[in-house]
Amino acid sequence: MKAQRLGAWIAIAIGASYFIIPLLGTLEFSLRMRRGAYSFDAYQSVFSDIQFRETFGYSMLMAVLTIIFGMLLVVPTAYWVRLRLPQVRPVVEFVTLLPLVIPAIVIVFGYLRLYNSSSILPLTGSTSGTNTLLMFSYMTLSLPYMYRAVDTAMRAIDVRTLTEAAESLGAKWPTILFRCIFPNVMSGVLSGAFITFAIVMGEFTMAALLNRPAFGPYLQLVGANKAYEPSALAVIAFAITWLSMGLIQLVSRFQKSVSPKA
Amino acid sequence: MAFLKLTNIQKSFGPVQVVHNFDMGISKGEFVSFLGPSGCGKTTVLRMIAGFETPSGGSIVIDGKDQGTLKPNQRNIGMVFQAYALFPNMNVHDNVAFGLKVAGASKADIDTRVKQMLGLIKLGHLADRFPYQLSGGQQQRVALARALAVKPQVLLLDEPLSALDAKIRISLREEIRQIQQQLGITTVFVTHDQEEALSISDRIVVMNAGRADQIGTPFEIYNTPATRFVASFVGTLNIIEAKVIDPAAGSVTIGGQPVSLKEPIASLKGGDSISLALRPEAGSIADGSRGDTALPGEVVSTSFLGSVIRTKLRVGSDVISFDMFNNPGTVPPVAGENVTLRFAAKDLLVIRE
Ligand SMILES: Nc1ncnc2c1ncn2[C@@H]1O[C@H](COP(=O)(O)OP(=O)(O)OP(=O)(O)O)[C@@H](O)[C@H]1O
Ligand SMILES: [Mg+2]
Repeated sequence: MKAQRLGAWIAIAIGASYFIIPLLGTLEFSLRMRRGAYSFDAYQSVFSDIQFRETFGYSMLMAVLTIIFGMLLVVPTAYWVRLRLPQVRPVVEFVTLLPLVIPAIVIVFGYLRLYNSSSILPLTGSTSGTNTLLMFSYMTLSLPYMYRAVDTAMRAIDVRTLTEAAESLGAKWPTILFRCIFPNVMSGVLSGAFITFAIVMGEFTMAALLNRPAFGPYLQLVGANKAYEPSALAVIAFAITWLSMGLIQLVSRFQKSVSPKA
Repeated sequence: MAFLKLTNIQKSFGPVQVVHNFDMGISKGEFVSFLGPSGCGKTTVLRMIAGFETPSGGSIVIDGKDQGTLKPNQRNIGMVFQAYALFPNMNVHDNVAFGLKVAGASKADIDTRVKQMLGLIKLGHLADRFPYQLSGGQQQRVALARALAVKPQVLLLDEPLSALDAKIRISLREEIRQIQQQLGITTVFVTHDQEEALSISDRIVVMNAGRADQIGTPFEIYNTPATRFVASFVGTLNIIEAKVIDPAAGSVTIGGQPVSLKEPIASLKGGDSISLALRPEAGSIADGSRGDTALPGEVVSTSFLGSVIRTKLRVGSDVISFDMFNNPGTVPPVAGENVTLRFAAKDLLVIRE
């Protein structure tokens, strides 16, 4: 019994060190820009880089837009499938899983063929068109997480009966969706949102191939050309991801305490 | 003139017809219960009234207005669900106010009306609570207030009490009935609990396999069941197989003993079998008890049900139950004892199949 416990702890320690040691190494290295002393010089250099600010801001904006439009696509879809078309559920689930199976590079080449400047819908012909296309590709990438998170949240409430209750009180569908359904699946929407945020902030392939000034390509550029800054950036990227994860935990815990028997 | 008129309603799901020729008129302010076993189509009829299902045939008219083409949100109907269905993201006040807000009432009007409704269900002090902070009974009362707040023409309740425990069920059904009478609102109440239906309804519709077997007051349903199904579903009833001797004189035999029904038996001839029903409370074995008919039998068993003692008696090939009140002096009969069951022949009901 005791030995088993010990074995488990050793396994956890080995697993954890596999993740933590490189991270600590990176952190330590990022602090060593100034010779002979630890300092935040690398971070200062990163934050004062105009390109950092631009690409970071751009990706932030893209992430927010992706989340908003993703929500507007996913919540009504999941709602409709649950309410009216339960038989197409497996199909929808399969479709939402596709982005996990198809490599991003394949998707983006598909986009480039479909929407190039000589096609019917020449999205890549203009900057705003390309931005739109990039946002939709981010939406595609986040679909598996977004759909599952929202659908799980919907399982916790009786969507059909709530809809009927609202209908019998005279409500039309926009009211039902935004006043009765949306607020009750907020936990799912938010956890989907944070995952989407983390994905968009780090995404490289799509942004690079569509040639947009996003944070992912910038990370790559800096990594190829500088010494200490890449480590600082890696630590920053980790912090963003972890913050998102922490917020998911927080939100789901908060939601549980609000509706334990919803 | 019926306020809510259901004319020859049919409903099929695919090839399966689940409601057949449902026909009834409900007066303004009447409380009608749909009573029947699981799957008999009670909910389906209710949902057609609410507009959630479209009838395959027939018409639904409320206060002279055909509801056929109206969507649920265009009908003026209040609905209470078995699972409460309160909006989890809104507190009690906002739940009750929902229908009024949708209808575009002013804030002052909403507040007045919500206060009034919460007063009606005696939950004024819980206006700020969220549904998860309420007991099941409280949630269902809020659901009732929410449905009534918009002053619906008809209130529909689909087994509103079946998720609650026995004590609350009884007190809440009385509260529902009292509120219904106070507001004079036309109400359809679905239940599979016969005691519930008998205790609070003006009229009961006993449903069986998608048909209304009998429509009548609780008194009529209980005392003069029209079909064998109604007789066996409502209350506890002895079904006794008898043989017709002389239909014109109304004479039959039960377990070989001659019994006179005191009225002619229509459309049967001598030698036919016939089913008769007898309520347990109609029989007695006490000395010198009422009744013009006597049947000798042997006690099979007795069971103690609190206020009454129920005894099973073998008479010929039938087993007949009868009840006696439990007085301190009562000596229950013991198994194997030979006794004489007495009852009035008029209490024997002829069951048409
Ligand atoms: N949407 C549907 N599709 C197919 N069949 C249905 C549908 N809704 C109900 N039915 C069928 O119609 C019949 C009547 O159902 P209904 O829900 O009206 O019964 P009920 O009397 O309310 O029963 P319970 O007491 O169990 O609630 C059942 O056989 C049921 O399987
Ligand atoms: Mg039902």
